[in-house]
Amino acid sequence: MLKTFGSFVLFLYNMVARAERFKTLWKRFFEEATLIGVNSIFIVGIVSAFIGAVTCIQIAYNLTNPLIPKSTIGYMVREMTILELAPTITSIVLAGKVGSAIAGGLGTMRITEQISALEVMGINSTSYLVLPRILAAMFMFPLLVILAMALSILGGYLAGTLSGVMAPQDYIEGIRTDFIPYNIFFALIKAVVFAFLVAGISAYKGFYTEGGALEVGAASTAAVTNSIIAILLADYALAAVLL
Amino acid sequence: MIEISNIEKSFDGNQVLKGISCTLETGKCNLLLGGSGTGKSVLLSCIVGLMKPDIGSITFDGTVYTNNKVDIRQEIRRKIGMLFQGSALFDSMTVAKNVEFPLQMLTPDMTEEERRDRVEFCLKRVGLENAANKMPSEISGGMKKRVGIARAIAPNCKYLFCDEPNSGLDPATSIKIDELISEITHEYNITTAIITHDMNSVVGIGDHIIFLHQGKKLWDGNKDEILNAEVPELREFIFSSSLVRAAKRVEQEDGPHGLEHLAAEPLSDL
Repeated sequence: MLKTFGSFVLFLYNMVARAERFKTLWKRFFEEATLIGVNSIFIVGIVSAFIGAVTCIQIAYNLTNPLIPKSTIGYMVREMTILELAPTITSIVLAGKVGSAIAGGLGTMRITEQISALEVMGINSTSYLVLPRILAAMFMFPLLVILAMALSILGGYLAGTLSGVMAPQDYIEGIRTDFIPYNIFFALIKAVVFAFLVAGISAYKGFYTEGGALEVGAASTAAVTNSIIAILLADYALAAVLL
Repeated sequence: MIEISNIEKSFDGNQVLKGISCTLETGKCNLLLGGSGTGKSVLLSCIVGLMKPDIGSITFDGTVYTNNKVDIRQEIRRKIGMLFQGSALFDSMTVAKNVEFPLQMLTPDMTEEERRDRVEFCLKRVGLENAANKMPSEISGGMKKRVGIARAIAPNCKYLFCDEPNSGLDPATSIKIDELISEITHEYNITTAIITHDMNSVVGIGDHIIFLHQGKKLWDGNKDEILNAEVPELREFIFSSSLVRAAKRVEQEDGPHGLEHLAAEPLSDL
């Protein structure tokens, strides 16, 4: 495990030690940002809207005490969404979508000698292939998390009001009560850290794939599994340190 | 000229290259010949820098490559063109973009128009000017090899390496690819190294042949000398080819002119 960690650190070092020209990386950054960010909007939107809706309904189901105001439901949806559901669940979903795509893409490039072709040309393959992916993920994950927060709270509003569980003004009052702006900052910090972990681990797994098609599949699976575990560990560590 | 001196390489205690020394000559097709598992690909990987030899040195036109500074190694690498066994084309780019890629990365001073002209020239040189906008998945294996050659020569490489350029190709296409590599080598006076175990390539374009066996260099010479070589392992390798055996039989039975009749003989009779 220590050897793998050391190898991962060296992999990251090589990526920045002899970086390719800024113009090249800038172009690659936009290509990757489109693939990672724009192409993930639909899945992130669907997942977060339904999570907000289900959270709202389930909190309402559990809050039966007439002494607790209905606005508490909105408050709880907001807090859960901002602090945990939007950054963590979105990152786990993206670990599945983006992480497997990164590992699969780089793994295929490795076994078809495309990475060797870059290296023979004298191009720093980690800088050209991996650095833009990691930077694009670190830029796009927070934007997707902000979208997830908005859609999740909107999902809760629609589920709560359309099902008749609560009045719209109760929900709006709830989501405006005791708002702490730092929580948004905390969620975005989490998103950046998770993005680095997902893109970095997936790229590492894909980049060092050996063998054939079967191994590319195995690398994708390992990338997703390891990314999710890393997200959960980092989630705990960040909560313990920053809250 | 590339000078290889006493190269050794082991994997997990298994010594694959056992002190190989040889010279790859400029303006010639240098063939690395040998059976499967004799260390040809490992030697090529060491030469192009994809692997680091355990012992020994490699010198490109007087500049030491192994264990030199990163900048110097990078400078040499930028003069290397390589045709991979599976072509290794970037499958997300068109044929033209594949050829343009090394120009974009290695020669940033070139204008877009100059790059376009160079791509056009290279594709025309390999006879693929009509396939510029196709994706690699839309072209045949032989065409992929030719795109690989065009990509390798695009940045005016001084050293061309080909890893089994004939693998997976029919005999007629193999000969065309061999001829193309040979023409380019002589036309641009570059140092070309080709890994092969194809006897058609040996007798067709073998200006300089290096025979490897069990990680050692056993013989080197040219295509005119190889059939008379006295090394038993090399003779066994050459005459394990049905075609060569048939040619030898015909020559013994019918004299030198028998080979002309052999060409007209159906393959099933050989």
